[in-house]
Amino acid sequence: MSAPLISVRHLVKLYQMGDAEVHAIDDVSLDIEAGEYVAVTGASGSGKSTFMNLLGALDVPTSGTLMIDGRNLGEMSSDELARFRNRTIGFVFQQFNLLRRTSALDNVCLPLLYSHVSHAERIERARHCLERVHLSSRAHHFPSQLSGGQQQRVAIARALVSNPKILLADEPTGALDSHTSEEIMAVFEELNAAGITLIIVTHEPDIAARARRRLVFRDGKLIHDETARP
Amino acid sequence: MTIIAAIRVALAALRLNAMRSFLAMLGVIIGVGSVIIMVSIGEGAGRAVEDQIRSLGTNVLVIRPGAFDSGGRRMGAGSAPPFSEADVAAIRAVPGVAAVSGVVTSTYPVVFGATNWTTQIHGVHEDFLTVRDWALASGRIFTPAEQRRAAKVAILGATVAEKLFGAADPVGAEVRIKNVPFTVIGVLDRKGQTGFGLDQDDAALIPVSTMRRRLAGGGRTIPDRIQTIMVKLDDGANSPAVQAQIDQLLREGRRLQPDGETNFMVRDMTEMIRTRAATQSTLSLLLGATAVISLIVGGIGIMNIMLVSVTERTREIGLRMAVGARRWDILVQFLIEAVTLCLTGGLVGVMLGLIVTVALAQLGAWPVAINPMTILIALLSSAVSGIIFGLYPARRASQMNPIDALRYE
Repeated sequence: MSAPLISVRHLVKLYQMGDAEVHAIDDVSLDIEAGEYVAVTGASGSGKSTFMNLLGALDVPTSGTLMIDGRNLGEMSSDELARFRNRTIGFVFQQFNLLRRTSALDNVCLPLLYSHVSHAERIERARHCLERVHLSSRAHHFPSQLSGGQQQRVAIARALVSNPKILLADEPTGALDSHTSEEIMAVFEELNAAGITLIIVTHEPDIAARARRRLVFRDGKLIHDETARP
Repeated sequence: MTIIAAIRVALAALRLNAMRSFLAMLGVIIGVGSVIIMVSIGEGAGRAVEDQIRSLGTNVLVIRPGAFDSGGRRMGAGSAPPFSEADVAAIRAVPGVAAVSGVVTSTYPVVFGATNWTTQIHGVHEDFLTVRDWALASGRIFTPAEQRRAAKVAILGATVAEKLFGAADPVGAEVRIKNVPFTVIGVLDRKGQTGFGLDQDDAALIPVSTMRRRLAGGGRTIPDRIQTIMVKLDDGANSPAVQAQIDQLLREGRRLQPDGETNFMVRDMTEMIRTRAATQSTLSLLLGATAVISLIVGGIGIMNIMLVSVTERTREIGLRMAVGARRWDILVQFLIEAVTLCLTGGLVGVMLGLIVTVALAQLGAWPVAINPMTILIALLSSAVSGIIFGLYPARRASQMNPIDALRYE
């Protein structure tokens, strides 16, 4: 069996809060295979966001190893981490984080600005990604002209544009109503079905229930790792 | 991220806050604009003075009689005995001397028909125009033959010609100077005012022999007296050496001690030019200092607005980092934004400065000179101030922690 896409061993992340050390992540070990659909849940302050940031190469572990796609994130420089985020990870945020007064298409192009892709290819790939989230007709709209669900789909297209192996979504439906949430989750699941590894951080039980595998964090520890039978 | 893409992003960001960007640029605009205006006026004034000095003739020595010392009673400048034709001839033979003219000046009324105009009449040698770098607008200079026989011919200055003849050509007409009839044989080019506001064109030239014989009447002691001798040196002639030779010649002619006090003065026009050059460099230094101060003031404005912009766009910075921007990319992006601000301000400032300069030149008839080098330096230094004052905000942006930046409210 080949090595898992994500391999976490004795991962620890400490934060210094005044005099006290806080274990945001406390000795977590797990593997995630390519193509999995994982929900990360837990109360606020449980460490799930920190775990997400570590997986997303936005933060570096205090100790333990974090291997993603065969690379040890703990040994990478800031520039290497940036490159890694650019190529391997696609982020989707609760607040969409689209650039205002920038067209949907240009928002989707953004990651490609940092990866030496020609202008023509950027446009081509961005259009293709907008198609995948069923938003081709809104390519030239500004975020302010789009609904919340449409904005989140633009954000998903942006996460897809550099062909990442992993899609990391942090409360992607937190700012949306239930109907739109359903729409967005459908898009995610479509992408997962097409092969991308999907990791969603959420505190909503019905969103978490859709995932095949659920990780539950409490006080920085992984207390529950459950894979639903197909 | 390529530079082009970064510039595009910078322009978009500046357009997003057009009013704020404009206000931030205002310091640079006013600074660069005022520098352009000041330098243009300063250089224009400098060039005007230079032209005036040049209008006296470059590389020219002016020799005048000095003080007459009669047993300790000093009579003041010009009281010493005048020069003679022999002095002029002797100076003409000195190596390095291109042309020499004696000058005898008096003020007489010039009459043409019913009009008259009192002006300075210079009795001069034929070389006078060469010495003074003065051209004829029409007609000719008098010939050596006319000089010898003290012919009654005159060349009018532009002002005199205008006062007496209006627009008509005076060449060939007859005028009366001190009631002596003269034929006008030429009109001088307009030369303008001297540095002291004297109208150089308010004059007429006649042969110095005619001056002595028919108007002034020769001096009693020296019948061929000369008041002033003007000497033009060869280009590249060693002025101090020539001056020393002339000094020695005149001492011999006047039976003065080789090292004693003289009773004549030799003035060098290049001294004036040198003085002016020194003044100009002081002025340039002052203007430079003003420019630096205004760029610092402008740059602080830019830095301020860039810091605001960085804070406002914290989430954007976090996002860019999350999707793969390196710290360097963020640094460059904000630096380019600052430079774009400064350079745009510089461009607007240059245009504003040019408009005001041209307006001043047109309205006030001020002498201005626009130097392309000044414009280039102004633009370059506004770009440099963009880099210097953009560096701190850009660094601050690039050093942000992506997680905190993404969560920034």
